[in-house]
Amino acid sequence: MFVAFDLLEPYQFAFFRHGVVVATLAGALCGILGVFVVLRGMSYIGHGLSHAVFGGAAASAVIGVNFFLGAGLWGIASGVLIGRIARRRIIGADAAIGVVTTASFAVGLVLLNRYGQAQKSIEAVLFGSVLGVRTSDVLAVAIVLVAVVGIVTLWYRTFLFATFDPEVADVSGVRVPRVEAALMVMLSMTILVTMRVIGTLLISALLVIPASIARMLTNSFARMLWIAPLVGAFSAFAGMNLSYWLDTSSSATIILVAALTFVAVYAVTGLRGRARIGALHHI
Amino acid sequence: MIREALVRCEHMSCAYDANVVIHDIDLTVHKGDFVGIVGPSGSGKSTLLKSMVGAVSPVHGSITTAPGIRMAYVPQVESVDWNFPVTVLEVIVMTRSKNRRWPRITAEERRDATDVLARLGLTGLENRHIRELSGGQQQRVFIARALFYNPDVLVLDEPTSGVDVRTRHEVLHLLSELHSQGLTVVLSTHDLNGLAAHLPRLVCMNKTVIADGSPTEVINPVVLEQTYGAPMEVLQHGGMPVVLDHGPHELSPITTKIS
Repeated sequence: MFVAFDLLEPYQFAFFRHGVVVATLAGALCGILGVFVVLRGMSYIGHGLSHAVFGGAAASAVIGVNFFLGAGLWGIASGVLIGRIARRRIIGADAAIGVVTTASFAVGLVLLNRYGQAQKSIEAVLFGSVLGVRTSDVLAVAIVLVAVVGIVTLWYRTFLFATFDPEVADVSGVRVPRVEAALMVMLSMTILVTMRVIGTLLISALLVIPASIARMLTNSFARMLWIAPLVGAFSAFAGMNLSYWLDTSSSATIILVAALTFVAVYAVTGLRGRARIGALHHI
Repeated sequence: MIREALVRCEHMSCAYDANVVIHDIDLTVHKGDFVGIVGPSGSGKSTLLKSMVGAVSPVHGSITTAPGIRMAYVPQVESVDWNFPVTVLEVIVMTRSKNRRWPRITAEERRDATDVLARLGLTGLENRHIRELSGGQQQRVFIARALFYNPDVLVLDEPTSGVDVRTRHEVLHLLSELHSQGLTVVLSTHDLNGLAAHLPRLVCMNKTVIADGSPTEVINPVVLEQTYGAPMEVLQHGGMPVVLDHGPHELSPITTKIS
């Protein structure tokens, strides 16, 4: 009873409650999209797009446009641009991400240097601030999560085909460029609604680590799509609570929980593989 | 007898960006054809096949397909990541993704997939992860996926690339069987003796069509030198042409210096 009371102590603070909800939802959201990101070999897209959205946020602040509108459009445009450049044979997806997102980040930086507080904004973008979470932030993340779950469920086969074999998908009538654009839009929206709260470092980690853990645990694409969000949500929830008790950065603690889970799963699946090989030697 | 033309290329050229890969192609695929496209690496075989299935558009000339025909494309086995987390059944039903909502595989799809797998000798592998398949099985799964689409024309890019002799025989036997069942088959290959010489019709190309006819008509030293840019000898064995590639004649002997 005493322990339970203690564990619930941080929940007396509204900011913590909001922070836990946003981080957990963001963990699930990034987990789902991370499956596509990891299987497409675009692990740096999260990191890159968050930097690109930063450019949009800076531009919005300078010209006095609503943050969500300005940064959202900027992020979507960057995502679509990455998709288009990557489709040209001579440039790979990694290079396209590098070019578009660093250029976008540089634009934001220059604008802030010239017209605003660069240092403060960069830290806010990198680490976010769970202290500043509002009900509208929670709502925004929840809406994007519901939309992403709906889209991925309804067009599951299309997304699967376009991810596994885009060339044949295209020939079989799947509009692959449209699928890729949809994925980029979902990623941009995810980054947009979570960036101010949990920061770009955490977004990148939550896009890559839970999906990689899910990949080690299963050989099924469908199962990956529910294991990855569960791992993401668990890491975020556990990390948020631990960060309160350890008095550490919530973003860093969430990443560490996810990374430790990765190490544990890596070790266990590796041991299982070795055991299987050992059993073969005894036949 | 005039056979129905399913695919017709007229003075067709294709390019990637500014790089022209094939030019001035004139070629017609008729219903019931079993055509092999042969040529060296970089000769534009894959691009020609992709243009047939609509994945590459011509920059000059035209390509027309008979109205309403269904074309299925089988890419090279190496074109996908075989570690990708999908089962054989999931790969097979992929081609019916268009306008298909929800992840669930219907009973009808499962039955059709089981039929196709049985036809290709893959019964019992439905729930296997694709990584667990042999090279020959992977190739057959790709063909099964294409057949699940109920095509009129099956287009295969190097179906025997990187496979052993036994698998090559299996693939050739399978394609011959499908062709005898009425399917039109177009494939590319660089394997002159193992595959091309066994097909009823060959198209030799190097950026453009050099010769088009039966193996006995097109497999001759003149056409092969024009196609491959190197002299080749052609022998006859059991009524079939056999190509011998002697390689450069003036190779200096390899000497080992022992001190």
